[in-house]
Amino acid sequence: MFTAWDKVLLARDSKRPRTLDYIENIFDEFIELHGDRLFGDDKSIVGGIARIENYVVTVIGQQKGKTTKENMERNFGMTNPEGYRKALRLMKQAEKFGRPIITFIDTPGAYPGIGAEERGQGEAIAKNLLEMSTLKVPIICIVIGEGSSGGALALGVGDKIIMLENSVYSILSPEGFASILYKDATKNREAAENMKITAKDLKELEIIDEIIKEPTGGSQNDIAGITSNVKKSIIKNLNKLTKINKDILLEERYEKFRKIGKIER
Amino acid sequence: MIIDKIKKMNPEDIQFSSKNEVAGDMLVGKWVKCDACKEILYKEEVHKNLSVCPNCGKHFRISSRRRIKQIIDEGTFEEIGKGLKTTNPLNFEGYEKKLESLQEKTKIEEAVTTGIGEIEGEKVVLAVMDGNFMMGSMGSVVGEKITLAIETSIKLRLPLIIFCVSGGARMQEGIISLMQMAKTSAALAKHNKEGLLYISVLTDPTTGGVTASFAMLGDIILAEPNALIGFAGPRVIEQTIKQQLPDGFQRSEFLLEHGFIDRIVERKNMKTELANILKLHRRCD
Repeated sequence: MFTAWDKVLLARDSKRPRTLDYIENIFDEFIELHGDRLFGDDKSIVGGIARIENYVVTVIGQQKGKTTKENMERNFGMTNPEGYRKALRLMKQAEKFGRPIITFIDTPGAYPGIGAEERGQGEAIAKNLLEMSTLKVPIICIVIGEGSSGGALALGVGDKIIMLENSVYSILSPEGFASILYKDATKNREAAENMKITAKDLKELEIIDEIIKEPTGGSQNDIAGITSNVKKSIIKNLNKLTKINKDILLEERYEKFRKIGKIER
Repeated sequence: MIIDKIKKMNPEDIQFSSKNEVAGDMLVGKWVKCDACKEILYKEEVHKNLSVCPNCGKHFRISSRRRIKQIIDEGTFEEIGKGLKTTNPLNFEGYEKKLESLQEKTKIEEAVTTGIGEIEGEKVVLAVMDGNFMMGSMGSVVGEKITLAIETSIKLRLPLIIFCVSGGARMQEGIISLMQMAKTSAALAKHNKEGLLYISVLTDPTTGGVTASFAMLGDIILAEPNALIGFAGPRVIEQTIKQQLPDGFQRSEFLLEHGFIDRIVERKNMKTELANILKLHRRCD
């Protein structure tokens, strides 16, 4: 049995499969598309058109590197505004051509930098949340590693929210939570337990819809195994979601987020 | 005596401390020191000047109650969304107690007050956040009240104004707070489709998950002068890039320069300016 903190470490493990591993192993074809048409091409996000069985879909995912060099290139999976805007451009394109959207979430958070603020990090994330809630195509969001803060949520508004068994999804890192709320950054394990960040916790809280089982010891041990499990889930969900009337799909997506909140009335 | 009081008003505490619940109470005693120009000011005078420094124009933080009084025509404000109670989904130690003591101290239920009122006779749905209540952070109740305000605005076909002041999503409620960003933004998407006006007013400070949701989604975005507005907090950025931040970084003027807000409006002009915008959007149907 892994503790919540063990899962944080697994989710961040450099050997853990990343977006490009899933793209390579799941889809029959993939054409990568680049740029937000406004500023640049953010390499922390990979996106493009892909084929899976009889479906043509748009795939967008955050990409961490496996080596330091790769991580420098990918900014450790920390997205800048142009990354969120590239994602939005590709999602709007998917809507235009009636393609379902699949997102892979894997980020320590949106990048906190001078340029990111100058270019409107808050606006970029906010716009994605607003637009994703009304895109007229099915959206499947899968947390494959670390889903941290608004930087993860900006790819996380959809019809099915799925987590891999050992992935984590949280408002901020357990270290951040510990240092701010416990005033002690070394209480990261305790924070991880209390924050309810594991797939099981979030399923119980009805924040996510589905958990995909990982191979024994974690996804890094069997990339073929985990990508096959993810593929099955994507196909199953596409089969269901593409049959739903678009108005109903959007109404259900709205309700899904509308009802989240723990309140006594 | 005066010096002692002034010492207590350490500008660091007023501006950046997470214990900022005292910000609205900074005008305690007869004298205060402006944390911007360091001038020692007579409390009455500052209060009469809408809590703006008469010397340098620094806009001090104010409570939601005072904000509503400054903006809404007298006797027209009807509160909505009352009686929602925050729970403690993560069983975070001391959270309920903290909320209770804040409710007692601030005399408000949560970090946002919502209602319907008139601005120079123009009827609007209004939401006003309050930095004295857990730094205006957004948990379940704040997210729900903002969403209800948006939905009320749709139902009654009224313009919507939100005054933002927030440290971001409320950490004590974990992922549920994060999801309020999606919930409020989705409600605004509906509002947008209905062709209704939404004016967002950013005040000091507006950061984190509130910036990355409803704060930045206004048809028109106004800001008070020199308000701190951003996604990541300045300290987090400094720690990440290991550089000092340039002067004026993440201030209203910086956002105007970079194209992320429409106008900077001084507090004394805010009501008139809002009324003018509302009148320009009056519907013919």
